[in-house]
This record gives sequence, C-alpha cells and structure tokens, in this order.
Amino acid sequence: MQVIACHECDLLQREVSLPPGRGARCVRCGAQLFRSHHKSLDRSLAFTLAAAVAFIVANAFPIVGMEFQGMRNDATLLGAVHALWSREMFPVAILVFLTTFLVPAVEIGVMSHLFLSLKLNRRPAGFTVIMRILQCVNPWGMTEVFMLGVLVALVKLTHLASVIPGIAIWSFGILTLLFAAAASTYDIRDIWTRVSPVSRGKGER
Amino acid sequence: MNRAPLTAATCGLLSCHVCGLVSKAPPTGEASRCPRCCGRLHSRKPASVSRSWALLIGAYIMYIPANLLPMMETGSLFGSQEDTILSGVVYLWSSGSWDLAVVVFVASIMVPLMKLIAMTLLLVSVQRRSVWLPVQRSRLYRIVELVGRWSMLDIYVVTILASLVQIGSLATIKAGPAALAFGAVVVLTMFSAMQFDPRLIWDPLHKVRTRE
Repeated sequence: MQVIACHECDLLQREVSLPPGRGARCVRCGAQLFRSHHKSLDRSLAFTLAAAVAFIVANAFPIVGMEFQGMRNDATLLGAVHALWSREMFPVAILVFLTTFLVPAVEIGVMSHLFLSLKLNRRPAGFTVIMRILQCVNPWGMTEVFMLGVLVALVKLTHLASVIPGIAIWSFGILTLLFAAAASTYDIRDIWTRVSPVSRGKGER
Repeated sequence: MNRAPLTAATCGLLSCHVCGLVSKAPPTGEASRCPRCCGRLHSRKPASVSRSWALLIGAYIMYIPANLLPMMETGSLFGSQEDTILSGVVYLWSSGSWDLAVVVFVASIMVPLMKLIAMTLLLVSVQRRSVWLPVQRSRLYRIVELVGRWSMLDIYVVTILASLVQIGSLATIKAGPAALAFGAVVVLTMFSAMQFDPRLIWDPLHKVRTRE
C-alpha cells in the first residue's frame, strides 16, 4: 500500500488500484490525484510521433496567405516572429516564439524520447531531468490558443482582402488535437512508478 | 467522530512536487531531498504568499497600459488608426462578427480581470487564515490555472496580422506598445498562480479543528 498526499490540500490518502482509464480524485478538495493507464504506452507513443510530423508540416508551410491587388503575402509562424523581431518588439517576439514554437518542440522531443525508451524497456537517459523539464514547460505550450488566434485574424482580414488558408493551418489544428490526445494517455505519476518503483515502506523510511 | 483529517504536514511527511513521492521529513527541519528523484522537498512552497503578491501587483500595474495603449496600429493611404483591445472588440462587433467579438472580449478583457480578482481573493483569504468555503476556493484556483493561458489570444492575432499585412505603402499593421504590457499581464499572472500554494487554503481549517 502506498500513501499519497493530495498536491492541492495535503490530505493523506491510500492509493487504490483503478480500472484502466479511470481517475482518482481527492476526497476532500476534488483535485485529480492520478489516473490509471496500464496499456497506454503504444497510444502515447503513436500520438507523440504523429504530433512531431504535424509540427514539422505546421512550421514548414504558410499558415495563411493574403492576396491584394495582385500581390501575395504568406505568413509562417517563424516568419511572423521574425516580423515582430525586425520591428523591435523583442519581448513579444520572444514570448510568441517560446509559447508556440520552442515549448511544443521541446515537449514533443522529450516525450518521444521518454516513450521510445519505455517502449524498448530501457530507463530513459536523464530521466529525472526530463521529468522536471516536462513539468516546467507544460503550462507554457499554447498551440491551441495560437490556433484560435489564427482563426480570429483570418476573420478580421476577410473584410479587407481575400485570404487563403494555408496547409499549416490544418496541421496546427491537427497538432492541437494530437497534443490533447497524447496528454490524456499518460500520467506523470504512472511513469514515475513504472521507471523507479518504490519498494514497500521505503516512503516511510 | 470529529477526528482531524491527517495531512502530510501534521504527520511530519513531505510530498515531492516533482514525482509525488511521500517521504519522512528530517527531524531538525533542515533542507531535504526526495529519495526517488532528488528534488528539493518543501512542506509548502517557500515564501509562496509574498512572491505571489509581488507578481500579482506587477500584473495589476501592467493591466493599466495594456488596456489604455494601442494594441494595433493600422496605417494606410487614408491615414493611420490605433486600436486598443476594447476598440478592437467594438470593431469586430460592429462589422457583424459578434461571435468573435464575444470570444475576444472574454479572452482578453474578462479572463485577465477575473484572474486578477480571483488571485487577490485567494491571497487575502489565505493571509487572513480564513476557513470560508475551502472547496470552492480550491476550485477557483483550479479554474484560474486552467483559463489563464487563453488571454494570449490577442497577442497571437496581432502577430499574424502584423506579418500578413505589409503591402508596401498601401497598408501596414504594427503591433502597438499594449502588446508588450498585455503579454506581461498574462505571464505575471501565470507565474503568480504557480507560486501560490493551494494547500495554504486548507491549513487554517485543520488548525481550527485540532484546537477543538
């Protein structure tokens, strides 16, 4: 039996075994304590690798193009960041770059490394560092917000000129869904117990 | 049967914020590390309330220029126009896309304001060691964490518009100074929420019950 402390109200509770796909909530404050995913490694790996492909496509092709009096202008994500940078909006450019490019890229990279090593029954290299990076970086990935921002920008522009949705807008949409799907298949706590199981009573040493 | 609930803190246990392992605290209160992941262990996040307040006050200050300064500067042959966040919403509404106007209004005006108010409420109630509606306050904290990121919406809209609309001297769109202030509000409130320790909501409740 393992004791867990609720991360939101500190209540001590006993860990119970759950049927796959179910979650356990704290009895006092209702925070989610953990979820159980027993055979979900294949799924997490598949979603992560698919997200990597979608990410590459999303950044290699223009998100939207605009045609105005015979002139055509395309916007890619990195191109948009570069435009901000060249107009000396450095902090905003850095913020956009971090939240929509660097953080998702790091997340995809770290997660594929993690799931591939687990799939090959190896302890992932630099495991504790990786888990800490994943935890730090997680709130700052904002692909889904960016997706909504692109849609709002599109609608604003349709009043001015003819806009052509690019391939990347679809890949960003797919990327958003894949991120959500991958996140729902793994549980940080589950990975910790899988990689370094704690022997009985060690916690109360 | 009004036994006080057992928390990790009252049992002299520490839970690791990285891997979740519960381990015994060292006797003298010296700095300790998690036996599984070597992460630093704290019973509560250190200086949580003051750090959270500092970041929140910073966010309050930045909220003023974020709403008063122009977010977007549109220049064309017919003159230039400056849009604040609110006038952008009004423009969307009056040009017929009222649904988008609602989305932008909620994401860039209501959510940041609600977040500032909610964090203030949480911090004040924790400082006064209030035992008022802890379950609801926990839920409020969870909502604040969940919803905060959506305020970045307007920054992304401006980013895309600014990179698309550069048609020589015919029309250009530039991001205004409010974009910087607004980004700062979002980042500061996110950090403030991260620094806040939701377990503090429950601590006074526990003290009261043990005294009885």
